Amino acid sequence: MSAAKDVTDANFQAEVLENSKPTIVDFWAEWCGPCRQLGPVLDAMAAEYADNIDVVKVNVDDNPAIASKYGITSIPAVYLFANGEVAKTSIGAKPKSALEKEFADYLTPSA
Amino acid sequence: MSNDLGPSFANAVNLNLTPAAAQETTPGTSDDAVHDVVIVGSGPAGYTAAIYAARADLKPIVIAGSVTAGGELMNTTDVENYPGFIEGIMGPDLMTNMQQQAERFGADIRFEDVTSVELDGEIKTVTIEDGTVLRTRTVIMATGSAYRKLGLPNEERLSGHGVSWCATCDGFFFKEQNIAVVGGGDSAIEEATFLTKFASKVTLIHRRDSFRASEIMQQRAFDDPKIEILWNKAVKDIHGEAKVESLTLEDTVTGETSELDITGLFVAIGSDPRVDLVKDQLDLTVDGTIAVDGRSSTTSVPGVFAAGDVVDATYRQAITAAGSGCVAAIDVEHYLAALDS
Repeated sequence: MSAAKDVTDANFQAEVLENSKPTIVDFWAEWCGPCRQLGPVLDAMAAEYADNIDVVKVNVDDNPAIASKYGITSIPAVYLFANGEVAKTSIGAKPKSALEKEFADYLTPSA
Repeated sequence: MSNDLGPSFANAVNLNLTPAAAQETTPGTSDDAVHDVVIVGSGPAGYTAAIYAARADLKPIVIAGSVTAGGELMNTTDVENYPGFIEGIMGPDLMTNMQQQAERFGADIRFEDVTSVELDGEIKTVTIEDGTVLRTRTVIMATGSAYRKLGLPNEERLSGHGVSWCATCDGFFFKEQNIAVVGGGDSAIEEATFLTKFASKVTLIHRRDSFRASEIMQQRAFDDPKIEILWNKAVKDIHGEAKVESLTLEDTVTGETSELDITGLFVAIGSDPRVDLVKDQLDLTVDGTIAVDGRSSTTSVPGVFAAGDVVDATYRQAITAAGSGCVAAIDVEHYLAALDS
């Protein structure tokens, strides 16, 4: 799992939906091997693109309401929220370059 | 293979990015050394090769994969058939142990992805995603295999919305639901059995009238009151708008179709050797695996060796992969000794 800030059912609204910056949410769980592998990749992205995006994580085991609201049935699931809406999703542990490609529109200031 | 779909391990070390461009953007990252051996892959074959090569003082570099390190066993729970563990061992623990064992003898393990390899000539090159070009006298390909897909149009669309390749990751989301597993090998039955912890009912769909799985696994499925087995059925379509709602099945004997209402489909129909990096440079077998000479790991190109599931269309076990990685490291040792003598 990543070192990103934990977001919960209670503060998802404030931390993600009302965030002025596009926010990548890493839906993960302790038992999920690929989630552990994806963590460092998202940490690297959080550091590299700190000016443009925030990266947070939601433990689906502890926060079933949010996971269920967004219909998560596979993890790791990486959802990008912009202006309170799901703007982009990516399922599975993927290398940084692949995620950069998928989320390219949100990683540069001009977007 | 596609890189835009759920099964994480299908994305492994073969992202076909532009190595030339990557090299330009990160100058100076290539070292001048010519290494003895670079191992591509980090499942039981890759790590076992690393342990043996490190102990032979070949200072192996392992390109382990950025999100695929440890290979397929990272997606499993209990491994009960790996010798030496009386009560079994968790797959991820086994792989962490192998990694640490290789590191103890000095293997240089890098959690990066390989973008290309050049296998011709005495000095081979392995280019990794950060642009680093490694020069090496030998290469061991241990890239394993990637989950096979059903190849249905709605499979990709509903991936992450009820279609899954990882029971250990996703079983949790199907508590008290009615789900299905498609496949007939050990991994299909293992997944079905695991999923009964969560689901109210698991339908195991198999296109033949008997399983390929081992007897002990089959018996577990037969004995499980939550598992129903549908023989001679193939999945023809997956239905659902936002998420999976039902399947169309076709009887492989009579051709009759039927519907099955389920909320989740776990695909466990086997895997294909991951040969994208080398398919134009090495001879392959009719099964699509890298061709090796007899019981050795010697490929069609001198100095290039292959081990594990990427050479094995038959056995594909953790222990056979580990044994095959050992073979590759010893073959490398002999090859280098012959060159140097």
